[in-house]
Amino acid sequence: MNFWVIQGLNGLAFGSLLFILASGFSLIFGLMRIVNLSHGAYFMLGAYVGISAMAAGASFWTAILIGGVAIAVLGAVIERLILRRLTGQPLAQVLVTLGIAFIIADACVWIWTGDPRPVPMPRELAGAFRIHQLAFPIYRLFVIGVAFTLAAALWFLLERTRLGAMIRAGVDDLNMARAMGIRTSVLFPVVFCLGSALAGAGGVLAGPILSVYPGLDTDMLPLALVVVILGGVGSLLGAFIGSLIIGFIYSYGQALFPDLAYMILFLPMVLVLTLRPTGLFGRQAI
Amino acid sequence: MIRASRQQAVLALVAIAALLAMPWLVTSDYYINIATQIVIAAILAMSLNVLVGFGGMISLGHASYLGVAAYLTIYLSTHAGVGALGSALIAIGATTLLAMLFGYLALRASGLGFLMITLALGQILWGIAYRWASLTGGDNGLGGPIRPRPFGIDLMNPTAFFYFTLIFLVLAVWLISRFVQSGLGQSLQGARDQPRRMRALGYNVWLIQWLSFVFAGFWGAIAGMLYAYYHQFVSPQALHLTTSAETLLMVVAGGTGTLFGPVVGAALVVILKNVVSAYITRWLMLLGVVFVAIVLFMPEGIVPGLRRLRETMKMRPASSAEASLPAAEERTT
Repeated sequence: MNFWVIQGLNGLAFGSLLFILASGFSLIFGLMRIVNLSHGAYFMLGAYVGISAMAAGASFWTAILIGGVAIAVLGAVIERLILRRLTGQPLAQVLVTLGIAFIIADACVWIWTGDPRPVPMPRELAGAFRIHQLAFPIYRLFVIGVAFTLAAALWFLLERTRLGAMIRAGVDDLNMARAMGIRTSVLFPVVFCLGSALAGAGGVLAGPILSVYPGLDTDMLPLALVVVILGGVGSLLGAFIGSLIIGFIYSYGQALFPDLAYMILFLPMVLVLTLRPTGLFGRQAI
Repeated sequence: MIRASRQQAVLALVAIAALLAMPWLVTSDYYINIATQIVIAAILAMSLNVLVGFGGMISLGHASYLGVAAYLTIYLSTHAGVGALGSALIAIGATTLLAMLFGYLALRASGLGFLMITLALGQILWGIAYRWASLTGGDNGLGGPIRPRPFGIDLMNPTAFFYFTLIFLVLAVWLISRFVQSGLGQSLQGARDQPRRMRALGYNVWLIQWLSFVFAGFWGAIAGMLYAYYHQFVSPQALHLTTSAETLLMVVAGGTGTLFGPVVGAALVVILKNVVSAYITRWLMLLGVVFVAIVLFMPEGIVPGLRRLRETMKMRPASSAEASLPAAEERTT
């Protein structure tokens, strides 16, 4: 019994981290039709920046902020200087983001060496939460709380604000949205920066759980892709449910069949692509 | 058209003659081994080009077939006690079956979705190879002396092994060009350019693309078998996204949709990789920079890109007729 609860909470925590990564990825893909293959690299770079900020004396919370802002700025520069020049060439954009992912990954090895780096936990969240005989790290509960808060905030942004209405219009029909006078040249950078910031800050937040190591980027990126395939393109709810499903599968799989944890990831993909190629909550096929 | 194909045939003959003569021209095993690497990479790149160039389907998971075939070839002959020929046949057959499954899944989507699914499937395979250490050796990989001795020929000799791989390259060039010219290959190109029109004409676009996907997977498996024989070792790196990306770079660099573009691209990437690794360890960085540079500055590939550059260079100094004549002639290819 304890095992199922603990692993369920672990799955929830991992799914929460995935959601922070995948929600930005999904928004960018849904609106801009850019498959940002740098997204995993943003996540890793954000974590490394956070480590350096903490080493320089910043608190954990400031480090999250610095990680997020740094990656948002990087995202803005890449969007403005490179991706915008390739508007209307989705495949060229994908290849560029892949190239940038490699450059970032190698630069990280260069700067922070190839050794895995542990990320210190904020002192106020160290320790375990106890109920009956169960003990669960408080930090993981905190991460779950952050992801649910973020999900609510993003839902409010998308469903209840003017900016969100413009984003939803763009996701549904970009040309029609343009024709109605929505300025995509403003909308695109905002969404790309938002997604990048989430990836960067998410990397720092994930640090105490996953630690930071070369290869973290290519570990996380395919999971984000699977989440989007599973949940549906540009759907916030899809990204949320998809992240939790993958989080549970990964966590239980890791504990029950450590050798085959990755093999089990095929299962949701095979099921969804066979039965519902639009993803669980998507309105259009990917 | 006829002239163009004759020109290509002549070019192919010259290239093959040059490759056959290679071991006499360079006597160092080092260069022969690099040539062997190029041949294997060329087969893999040509198989990916069936999807990317002729099918318009950008796959970022083509290392799957290289890696799975390589793992199976080595595992079966070193751990399962299967003979050399049996291992090779089972490895290629099983990998082709895998391509059938992956093709079915990836072709549920098109364009960017196809790319995302192939990438995800490929990375899951990588994860399996990395984590399932009891079977795959994990990060340490699998290895063993597995080069076969067909008809008593010792393939441990680099020159003999080079000719061995060359046979497969010639077969690949021949059969892939036959495929491209066949009805299936032609309809694949039709489906690339006008999928809706092809559907309206009664073609089963899905089936055409799926068969092509399996065909590409089959040649990827052949490359994987040769890869296993060449290195006599395989690690999760063979399945990694960077391997898929390198292969895609070969195709894009050489020029998609041409028969020999991927061969040129394979040569460029393998040589670049070997030269660079001799001096610095920053291959991944360079790979990324080359990707970005090609997309930004030579989106049509290095071979057509250089041709375009040369043409503009020729055009620039003279606005007279003599400058435009040679440029017009080049259009025939």
